[in-house]
Amino acid sequence: MTDITPTEMMTIAASRALSNDDVCFVGIGAPSAACNVARLTHAPDITLIYESGTVGTKPDVLPLSIGDGELCDTALFTVSVPEMFRYWLQGGRITTGFLGGAQIDKFANLNTTVVGPYDHPKVRLPGGGGAPEIASNCGRIFITMALSKRGFVEKLPFITSMGHGEGGDHRERLGMKTKGPTRVITDLCILEPDPVSKELTVVSIHDGVTREQIVDNCGWPIKFADQVIETPVPTEIELATLRDINARTRKAHQGNREAA
Amino acid sequence: MAKIVSLAEAVGDNVRDGDTVAMEGFTHLIPYAAGHEVIRQGRKDLFLVRMTPDILYDQLIGVGAARGMKFSWGGNPGVGSLHRFRDAVENQWPRPLEIEEHSHAAMANAYEAGAANLPFAMLRGYIGADLPKVNPNIKSVACPFTSEVLAAVPAIRPDVTIIHAQRADRKGNVLIEGIVGVQKEAVLAARRSIVTVEEIVDELAPPSPNSVVLPTWAITAVSHVPGGAFPSYAHGYYPRSNAFYIGWDDIARDRESFTAWIKENVLDAGPEDFARHAGKNPAKAA
Repeated sequence: MTDITPTEMMTIAASRALSNDDVCFVGIGAPSAACNVARLTHAPDITLIYESGTVGTKPDVLPLSIGDGELCDTALFTVSVPEMFRYWLQGGRITTGFLGGAQIDKFANLNTTVVGPYDHPKVRLPGGGGAPEIASNCGRIFITMALSKRGFVEKLPFITSMGHGEGGDHRERLGMKTKGPTRVITDLCILEPDPVSKELTVVSIHDGVTREQIVDNCGWPIKFADQVIETPVPTEIELATLRDINARTRKAHQGNREAA
Repeated sequence: MAKIVSLAEAVGDNVRDGDTVAMEGFTHLIPYAAGHEVIRQGRKDLFLVRMTPDILYDQLIGVGAARGMKFSWGGNPGVGSLHRFRDAVENQWPRPLEIEEHSHAAMANAYEAGAANLPFAMLRGYIGADLPKVNPNIKSVACPFTSEVLAAVPAIRPDVTIIHAQRADRKGNVLIEGIVGVQKEAVLAARRSIVTVEEIVDELAPPSPNSVVLPTWAITAVSHVPGGAFPSYAHGYYPRSNAFYIGWDDIARDRESFTAWIKENVLDAGPEDFARHAGKNPAKAA
């Protein structure tokens, strides 16, 4: 098998978190790739939902936005955006939310809003979009993002969406009945919250990655679980599926670049 | 009854300096041609409302037409930053931009409350998030029956809402299909509304009894602007130009290249140019 890139490993490891029974609210970018690899390999009956209102969508190429026409063309049905957020998300119909982020802390809170003070930001990021309510209303949350010191930080400048807050039973204290983030899939390893403290802990390390690499790329002193396993390497089918959809996507997104 | 008029007339009659303006379309059917007409007519001090500002509001912010913006996700989808929006927030160029930031769920609920003629919307939202600390328009209410505390945000009531749709009939009834977003709510929440359409036809002929139809008596003006949603898309007419969205990143990164692009493609252009742009990008299955 040809060399597997860390991003491919991350996407495939993320896809394995999903099952056939999941009803999954899909974030754009890395989560979208992972969810569609899951659908095209081990979870053909998974229900993928994008916040544009498309339910049960089966795109042949990965959408660039959450509202590409491909998503509506291949959906079981499409609803308005208010209905999406009110009946389906707030209504508690969605088992799994799959998010990415710019920054994450040790309790899996996410920041996609600002770096620096809110009123005078050093970097203005896009903001939360659907994430604040996806994080609280989906049954559980998976997060996928590459491990780096800039991304995995001791303290977030802004909490866009709450994971486990200050840790422990913080979600329950705020009245939330959903599980929150249960797995974070990176390009080097997989993290899960400690059952009691809720601090993210390394539970699985990808092939060829050292503990030192993980420690060096995380902005807080990262902990390892007592039992750490090695992430199974991608199968031929997983890798071929991911590379095929990426190739189809690259081809589809080129084309008319002229001015409007 | 909606007046069927040119886009220049629709914008001239209905968009005023200082207005609160919502241009909606959730990735699909974004009213680019109408937004460009607002820029060409030199409207200023607008308070812009839109869930996903997208490239269209990057353009309006970059030319200095906006005093403020209410939004929930300000990026170039799948590409990265909206550089003109960032320049306004980070460097106050070309002018400071007041922002009122929400989540998608709150914006969607706030449009629905506006359409329903209610003063505010409530949702189970913002739990544990920092936005309520920086946005005084996010408050809470207690349920009078269960005492559950819920988030509350003011209804959105634009002076004018602008949308793009697939078609209108000759009376000005409008049909929207595909990803319908919050357009119906945004039109019904507004005092005035402008709808640009791909086609004006004798019969709307909705392909399904469940298509979204806005009646002529709920709309102020309808304008025929084929291609008017390009580089976003009109389901059944032409696809999204993802290549343009990717290309915008370079155009908007730099103030001079942005300004030159606006001169060539907005100030020195017209609504009739959109048919040509979209025509180069034909639908896979129209």
